[in-house]
Formats: sequence, structure tokens, C-alpha cells
Amino acid sequence: MSRKGADIVIETLKEEGVEVIFGLPGGAIMEVYDALYRDGSILHVLARHEQGAGHMAEGYAKVTGKVGVAMTTSGPGATNIVTPIADAYMDSVPLVVITGQVPTHLIGNDAFQEVDIVGITRPVTKHNFLVRAIEELPLLIREAFYIAGTGRPGPVLVDIPKDITQQLSEVGIPSEDKVKAALPGYKPHVEGNIQQIKKAAKLIMEAKKPVLYVGGGAVNSEAQEELIQLAEMMRIPVTTTTQGKGAFPENHPLALRMLGMHGTYYANMAVYNADLLIAVGARFDDRVTGKIEEFAPDAKIIHIDIDPASISKNITVDVPIVGDVKIVLGKLINELKRKGAKILHPEDRQKWIEQIEKWKKMYPLTYKNSKEVIKPQYVIEQIYEATGGDAIITVGVGQHQMWAAMYYKYSFPRQFLNSGGLGTMGFGLPAAIGAKIGRPDKEVFCIDGDGSFIMTMQEIVTAVQYKIPVKVAIVNNAYLGMVRQWQELFYDSRYSEVDLSLQPDFVKLAESMGAVGFRAEKPKEVREILEEAMKIDDKPVIMDFVVDREENVLPMVPAGKSYREMILEDGKKADAETMYLVG
Amino acid sequence: MADTVGTEGIKVIKAPRFRQLKKGETRKHIINVLVRNELGVLARIATLIAGKGYNIEGLSVGETHEKGVSRMTIEVIGDDIVIDQVVKQLRKLIDTLKVRDLTDIPHVERELVLVKVHTPTSRARDEILRIVEIFRGKVVDVSQETYTIEITGDEEKINAFVELLKPFGIKELARTGKIAMRREMFIEENVQE
Ligand SMILES: Cc1ncc(C[n+]2csc(CCOP(=O)(O)OP(=O)(O)O)c2C)c(N)n1
Repeated sequence: MSRKGADIVIETLKEEGVEVIFGLPGGAIMEVYDALYRDGSILHVLARHEQGAGHMAEGYAKVTGKVGVAMTTSGPGATNIVTPIADAYMDSVPLVVITGQVPTHLIGNDAFQEVDIVGITRPVTKHNFLVRAIEELPLLIREAFYIAGTGRPGPVLVDIPKDITQQLSEVGIPSEDKVKAALPGYKPHVEGNIQQIKKAAKLIMEAKKPVLYVGGGAVNSEAQEELIQLAEMMRIPVTTTTQGKGAFPENHPLALRMLGMHGTYYANMAVYNADLLIAVGARFDDRVTGKIEEFAPDAKIIHIDIDPASISKNITVDVPIVGDVKIVLGKLINELKRKGAKILHPEDRQKWIEQIEKWKKMYPLTYKNSKEVIKPQYVIEQIYEATGGDAIITVGVGQHQMWAAMYYKYSFPRQFLNSGGLGTMGFGLPAAIGAKIGRPDKEVFCIDGDGSFIMTMQEIVTAVQYKIPVKVAIVNNAYLGMVRQWQELFYDSRYSEVDLSLQPDFVKLAESMGAVGFRAEKPKEVREILEEAMKIDDKPVIMDFVVDREENVLPMVPAGKSYREMILEDGKKADAETMYLVG
Repeated sequence: MADTVGTEGIKVIKAPRFRQLKKGETRKHIINVLVRNELGVLARIATLIAGKGYNIEGLSVGETHEKGVSRMTIEVIGDDIVIDQVVKQLRKLIDTLKVRDLTDIPHVERELVLVKVHTPTSRARDEILRIVEIFRGKVVDVSQETYTIEITGDEEKINAFVELLKPFGIKELARTGKIAMRREMFIEENVQE
């Protein structure tokens, strides 16, 4: 049947099972919006800024594991979505972004609203396409979904010139086999080399002081069960990155919680003293390792990752295993069982676990609470309690992000959404909207900074329009807090351009947009307004928590420094001597 | 602080063996890439290499006997470890079919060069012709004052040739960039008893 290119786009999206598109129309993409309207079966969420649309698609993808879809027009529409694309690239989020382009004959002419978005996004996409003929349109869209969602996930952009959306064609939707056949150079590696897995099993049985270091790859491959089984069977403590949160429940006795720059004392101590580090779907980011030469100095390293290019990139490893985390862990567990799952040095292992318990007691995550002013950490603890630890949490970037990572305990995968790689302020609110659409059964909280919130706050209107009851908790210190903290610690408190005390009245702002606004200025009000907010289920709520302005995020390993130079709660440095514990 | 940390019973022993990051050797690598001849594939590869802060020293591209499949030969100077990373990332590109660093494996390489050299005197002309002959080059264009010479070979041969011509005055020079191919191994026949 002959139909327009625009109709082919919608037909292909339906074939892919797309239920929601986040976007904003304009000249070059109007045909597709017309086809969407005529078809009427896919929900479209009209964001108020294309950046918002991109982060919404990310939030949706992160909670569901499905490919998120965003759509924009050419030129400024396309450039506005570059940040979420880069964000998705860094955090391995499966995304298909469809952009309109000027008609084929005008490409390269500096036509109205023309940019070379394929060129611009080349370094921040897993792949991208410019469609050159209507006959290849359905194939390229299907390829985009296949590439985005398989292997190490990532964003794929499809740029469609307007004339192609207007032409007529009878081209059919290709089968999945055709899609794979069209990509002879793309074969994601999944199985894991059995010899390497055997080596890993041997090291795990021999280790005296092992640690599992778990990243986002474990979440993407849904490996929670395998992780728990491995950790419990071999008695291995587990630390998770911000991306890996929830892949191993943080209330588990073997949980060390987060490591790295704002990691717990005990996680960092454990990694520093480990004799075996098992990295699972993690990439040794510099925020995790600190000074790389002194990262886990005594440990042998096993690295399991689906991306061969992630292995031995930042650090040389002893046993690399390329493969899907879930599959490799499954094989590893079988191999260990085959060998009787023996811990060869049970006494040392016992001592190791006890040592970690001591560290946990010595420096738990704490802060000095107050009756007068609201402490930011207190806000997070109260949210944890009010939601029973069961909410999905999204965050912006800054101090609040780290407090949300520390003082909320995550127990299931895809529960904590944050911009870990790119560190994009403004991620939180739109991601929360996308997350709530993907998981309407869950309470979704955006814990945001006042600075981050302002970067994408227009999306409150979107949430109101679609009756999406996200809860926004602004941890309002009236500063670009994290930058202020660095200025305090490393620039002699010269607070250069970080004061945000001129700010909107967030309660009135909420009301003006059709949302509900609350403010808490005293600690005892925190829980009250949380309870009030959670009663509202048909519109977004903004809660303005006016917090202690100059609270710092601690502990902290200064950038590029060794774990030995960790600054603790009381401002003291971790004593280097305590770090040389050799059992 | 040492007394507050509860380390009783655990001996404080040696300073740690810091994890050493191996530093690679910096040298010229020659990388073979088989690609699908899709829109933007060259830009993608160039972006990737430039993104590592490396300059492409030589590059040749041309279609193979298979339609739509091109072979690229890339010369790049860099740290062995970073180049290994580049190779892995090149493999990850959707349009690459095969990527191989030929530097340390037996391979054949050739480059074609055109040199336009001044021929001020007849003695110079004679001498140049002799050099061309020794190097199995070919004079492909002649004017009153110049010869244009074509020569193919590996890097060493071409560099030697160019050095010998320099005293006469080189007017222009163009190189194609290397093309390279892995040598096939001779498999010794297994004599079954
Ligand atoms: C888009 C963007 N611009 C700048 C930065 C640099 N940056 C990192 S944290 C931060 C301050 C964030 O302030 P706020 O959102 O109020 O959070 P707080 O640290 O106060 O909790 C800034 C400016 C960034 N991460 N992203």
C-alpha cells in the first residue's frame, strides 16, 4: 500500500512497540506529527523544551529498560536535544531520537533551520543516520532501535529530511532478520569466554579480601539475582556506583553502598585493602577511582563488561571477561558450584567481613542534625521513611544528588536515576516525568537542587498537562552548592558566582503553573508536608525545603586524590596508617 | 587517631604496592580497517582518532572487490595502549567490518609517490634517470626543466629515493598514503604417519 514517509515512520514505531514519544513539533517534522495525529494510537508527551523531551525519554528508558523515543524538528529543535543525547551516551541509555531535517535538495545550503545534526552528534551517539531515500526509511528506523537496545545500550539519532516524509512509497516494514543482515559489522558480544570465567572462579575461591564493584551494566542486564547469589555464596561484600545502585540491595548485610569521591568510608577502605576486585558492568570512572595509580593497589582485578572497549581503558586488569553481565555471572556461579564453591581461606574471609563491620561502625554515614534549621540529609531521610524506601528517585547534579545517593537506601534496580556520566543539571524533573509514565505504579520523587531545578523547571507545565503526579523536593540552599563546597575547601572560601539567593518563590511558581506548592522552613514541618504531598495523585507537587545553606557533602575524596586522602565527617583526614591493613 | 580506629589485632605492615598503569611505547602504527561504504564513515573514523588527540599521518581508502566494502589503511603515531583502545573503539563502530593493527604482524605495504624534480643540466637528467632505474621508478612526464617520476614501494625505499632526489631540487611531491595487507602464512603440511 502506498503511503507517505511520515506514515511509514509511525507504522515502524508501532511495529517496535513504542507506546510513548516525547517531543515538540516544528516545520521540518510536521508531516510526522500529522501522521501521529491521524493515527492516534501512540501517546505523545509535549515537552516545553526539547532538552526536557530528551531527559523524559531517558527517564522512561531507565525505569522500563525499553528504548525511549524523542522527536524534534530540525535546527534549534535538534540542537536543543544534544545534551540529553550526550547524557544517554555517557550513561548507556537506549534512546532513539528522530529529528526532522530540511528537504534533501536544500541540505548543505544553510537553509532556514538547517544544522548538520548528524555531524554534531557523531561523537555522542552510538550511531546515527541521515535518511536519503524513502525506501530505506523503515529499515533505518528499525536498525536504530536494534542498535540502541542491544549490546551496550546507547542513543541513536535518525535525521529525516522533510521531502522524504512527504513522498509516497509501498516499501514494507523489514523483519528483524533483515535488520540484522543489514548490519554485518554489528555483533554484540554476549557469551563470555569460558577459560576466563574459570580463571575468575579460581581467583574468587582463593581470595582473602574480595570486593564486588558493581556498575550500571549490572542494572542494564537485569543481573540482580545472580549478584546476590554470588555475593552470598562466596561471602563477598558489594559496593555499587551511582549507576549500579539497586543492582544489589543497599540494606543487605554485605552491602558497602557507594564507593569513590563521595563513597562511604567503609566502601573505600574495603576497595583500598582488597586483594581481589570483581568489577561488574562498571568502567573505572575517575570519580570512582580517584588517583588511579593508588586505586585498589593490592588487588587483582576481574572485569566483566559487555563493551570490549571499556576493558583495560582506565586501568589494567588481570582477568577481562567480555560478555553480558547476567550471562557471565550465571556461568561463573555454575563454575564455582562445580568446584564446590569453596572459600579456600575461610578464616581470612571471616576476618575480612569482621573488619568491614568495624569500619561500618567506626564511620557510618552521619551528620549533625538540628532542631532549628533543616539539614539537607534530614530531608532525604524523611523522604526515605515517608516512602517506605520504595519510591523511584531522580536527581539533578550537585550536593543534593550525593545526599540522595547516601541517605536513601535503594533496594531494587532502576530505582535511582541520575546523570552520572555527563553530570547534567536539569536532568531530575524531566527524568521523573518519564519515569512516572514508565512506572505509574511507583511513587516518583525528584530530589533536586534549586540550581538544577531552574534549568528545566518549565516541564512542571508538562506534568500538569498530562496529570503526572511527580513529587519534586527542592533541597534549597540558595547556592550552586557543590561548586560552593569546592570553593570553600579548595579556594579559600572565595565564593565566586555561586549565590542563588535571588530566586523565585517556588510555592507561587508551582501554583502559577497549576501544580501544588509547599514550603518547609523548620525541621518539624518536613514530614508534615511530605505526608500532604503524597496525598496528591493528579498533579505535580513542588516542595521547597529551605535547608542549612553551607552544609557540606562528606566524606569526600578530593578529585584526583587517593582514597588515603579522604576527608571525613569531622573534617579530619583519614589516617593513612589505617589504610595499610594487611590481614 | 590511630587509637580510635579499632584496628587491634591487625598488623600494620608494608606500604601498598601501587597499581602501575603500563605506559605504552609511542610509535607509528599501521591499521587496516574494512568498512561498509556508508555516508559519513570516514568522518566517523577521523572523529574517533582525533578525539584521542592523535593526528592521522597517512590515510588511503578505496573500494575492494566487494561492492560497498572499502579498505582503509590508517597510519597514526601513538602510545601502544591508546592505539589498542582506538582499535577496540573502531571495532565498535557499526560500519566497520574488520579492524586490525598490522604493526606487529607480517604484512606487505606499498605506497605510490609522484615527484616533480628539477632537471637543470643534462648531467642532472642522466643521474636522475639512473636513480630512477635503480629504484624501478618511471618517468611519467617531462618538461624542459622537470621530470615527473612515479615510484612505488615501502616506506624505507621511498624515503631513500626522495633523499637522493633532494639535491636536485624537488618542486612538488604527492604520496597516496600507504596501503597494506597481512601476509598469508605458509602452512607446513602435516605429514601423517
Ligand atoms: C548544566 C550544568 N552546568 C554546570 C554544572 C556544574 N555544576 C555541578 S554541581 C553545580 C551546582 C548545582 O547546584 P544545585 O542544583 O543548586 O545543587 P546543590 O549542589 O546546591 O545541591 C554546578 C553548577 C553542571 N553539572 N551542569
